[in-house]
Amino acid sequence: MKIYLRFGILVAAILGTLAWLAASGIRESKTYYKTITELKSMPPSEAGKRVRVTGDVVPGSIRREGAAVRFQICEKDRGVTLNVVYTGKDPLPDTFRDDAQAMADGKMAPDGTFHASSIAAKCPSKYEAAPGKAAPRPLNPGPSRSSL
Amino acid sequence: METLGAFSLLLALCLAGYAFLASVIGGWKKKPFLIESGRRAVYGVFLLLTAASAILVSALLASDFRFAYVAERSNRAMPALYKFAAWWGGQEGSLLLWSWMLSLYSSIVVWTNRTRHRALMPWVVAVLMFTQTFFCILNVFVEPPFQMLAVGRGVTSVPDGNGLNPLLQYWLMALHPPALYLGFVGFVVPFAFAFASLLTKQPGEAWIATTRRWSLITWGFLSIGIMLGQGWAYAVLGWGGYWAWDPVENASLLPWITATAFLHSVMMQEKKGMMKVWNAVLVSATFFLCIFGTFLTRSGVVSSVHAFAQSSLGSWFVGFLAIGISITTFLILRRLDYLKSEAALESVLSRESSFLFNNLLLLASCFAVLWGTLFPVLTEAFTGEKITVGAPFFNKVNIPIGLMLLLLTGVGPLIAWRRSSWESLKRAFRWPVLGMALTMAVLLAFGVRHFYALMSFGLCAFVAVTVVMEFYKGARAIAAKNQMSFPRAVVELTHRNTRRYGGYLVHMGIVLMFIGYTGSAFNKDTTEEVKIGSRFRIGAYELQVKEVSDGANPNYSWQRAVIAVYRHGQYLGDLKPERRVYAASQQPTSEVAIRRRLNEDLYLNFASMSQSDPEAAVIQAYVFPLVSWIWIGFYVLLFGTLVCLIPSKVKYAYAKTQVVGVYERQPEPVQ
Repeated sequence: MKIYLRFGILVAAILGTLAWLAASGIRESKTYYKTITELKSMPPSEAGKRVRVTGDVVPGSIRREGAAVRFQICEKDRGVTLNVVYTGKDPLPDTFRDDAQAMADGKMAPDGTFHASSIAAKCPSKYEAAPGKAAPRPLNPGPSRSSL
Repeated sequence: METLGAFSLLLALCLAGYAFLASVIGGWKKKPFLIESGRRAVYGVFLLLTAASAILVSALLASDFRFAYVAERSNRAMPALYKFAAWWGGQEGSLLLWSWMLSLYSSIVVWTNRTRHRALMPWVVAVLMFTQTFFCILNVFVEPPFQMLAVGRGVTSVPDGNGLNPLLQYWLMALHPPALYLGFVGFVVPFAFAFASLLTKQPGEAWIATTRRWSLITWGFLSIGIMLGQGWAYAVLGWGGYWAWDPVENASLLPWITATAFLHSVMMQEKKGMMKVWNAVLVSATFFLCIFGTFLTRSGVVSSVHAFAQSSLGSWFVGFLAIGISITTFLILRRLDYLKSEAALESVLSRESSFLFNNLLLLASCFAVLWGTLFPVLTEAFTGEKITVGAPFFNKVNIPIGLMLLLLTGVGPLIAWRRSSWESLKRAFRWPVLGMALTMAVLLAFGVRHFYALMSFGLCAFVAVTVVMEFYKGARAIAAKNQMSFPRAVVELTHRNTRRYGGYLVHMGIVLMFIGYTGSAFNKDTTEEVKIGSRFRIGAYELQVKEVSDGANPNYSWQRAVIAVYRHGQYLGDLKPERRVYAASQQPTSEVAIRRRLNEDLYLNFASMSQSDPEAAVIQAYVFPLVSWIWIGFYVLLFGTLVCLIPSKVKYAYAKTQVVGVYERQPEPVQ
């Protein structure tokens, strides 16, 4: 039985370490899905949360200001809009343009603008994109798998 | 034609259902006629699905826009290759491809086993045709590919189609889905054999011997599919990454992980009669993860940046998975006696133990990836709040797992079966450890301080030395005995035991890929707004934007920046990143320009013209060290897989080591 005890200890040590790493990974990167309406009514105490918000890009609202890109997204059926400023490093996706459905990850700033660190976009629904794969983009900037 | 296509699909569904029932009843009541008719129905399904696919493909090639599918995925100006690739360019077509490949595989299985495995085959056919029936239902009722637009009846006319998504108009992308599907679909076969052999309580490990090649081939296809996806992401998406832990990418990785675990632990069953339950679980898990992967990519259950249409497919897949998993679990639990292990673990320092830990780590990784992928679904179900996790989570867990697996890759092949002493370990691992220490010392001396990078390069050296040593020792012995030249002896050695030495080559490929992945710890990037004619720097390179030109062809219009590359003042050539707008879909895409070298890639993306200054371009420049080694490693891995598939010159009888008694150390005689 001694052999099984040894295996048990080794296995527990490995799984324990991995579970600990996983827990800290979740803490660091967990992102809440919010709608624009929910985001607007979020109490200030939750302002530090990482949030993912989705909306349609308001036509004509995209402006480049040096390294930053400013634009507005809206919920069409409710008529609420959100000012977004993107300052991430990665280039904006090709599908990001007027009327595209954009998914922004970031945090709310006190002034009511949303500071996005990454943007993903789907083409306007008229063109259902194809299978297999279309446009992955790191949902969180930061080391991709490769940063061994 | 369209009616014929839809009709063949319907008929294929009926025939697949018949083949399933005939095989089950035939196998149960021992009716040879029913069994035989079930087998023949398999060929019929294949012919019908081939006909349906041919009709769809010919409509695509002929740009017959009466077909809704053709109008949505194709346009006249697209090159023929992409018209053909549009077969799997949309939901309906790619499910048809799934079905067709399954029927192809099934026919091959039925044909190659027409005289073998009499008792097993009806049940194998039953499993294959059960799955086939499910996919045919999807083809016929849920996602029919032969829907027509009411063209020519005064309702509407379609002068041109929408075109294939421009991001998919790239040669790697045309090949990626079929390769991935060949992998996904292929695992039905080992699963079917395992299931049938459990059901009929076949003595011995017949199903493993029969499906060994299958597992390896499909594993190879899955690897090809994943790598093509990475190569495409790197070259097309413009951010220079090859992996983003997106749900769709994870979907392809999950079965690959369990399949890798299976390929290893199956050796334990062949040689030692151990881990039988485990292997049955692994082969089933791989199959269901393949189905689950198709489900994830096709149903939009986890919101992915991959823009898929939401569809009603989800509930069908959930149903299939629920039924399949319940039956399989029930069967495995009922057969626990039959799956009893024939040997016990004896030592932590043994080959058995290295396999065990290999499996543990792979499964932990699989579980973590699955957990992370489904996190939004799980949190929404249990807390009501939808929360997602990103790359940091996946990296934190998987990088240490990857490194530990790399260590085992080096240790496993050299450690003895049953038990190993510290003395023999010291002898076996002297050189590999020296290689590792040397590598790490040199890197430290050159100022590398990144912990994981150091570990990774060190372990890569460790594994590489073990693999080279294995080849060297074996080949030297053969060369001395048979008076051969050393290179010929290496070939001879490999040929004598292709599975072993092919396996080493696969390991070598993995080492090279790790070197490539590790390089990303040293990536550099910059985004510059540059006036035409002026220069900027990244790393050792100096880049000058010479000119911006534009033009158009029927498929797309383009704008191209010509950028001269200098290093240390020396002119190296021009790179021409491009922006395109596709005419049919009005979607812009970037065509990056890459200068690929073994030490590093220079990667340029022409983001846009500056909005404030019409004479300036926004250029994103990246330097990716060592990234080419990922692709080189992949070719080595592929070559190794092919070597494994060549039959060995010497037929090893794989005599099982029977445990006659367990050696117990006698207590020291007390003086």
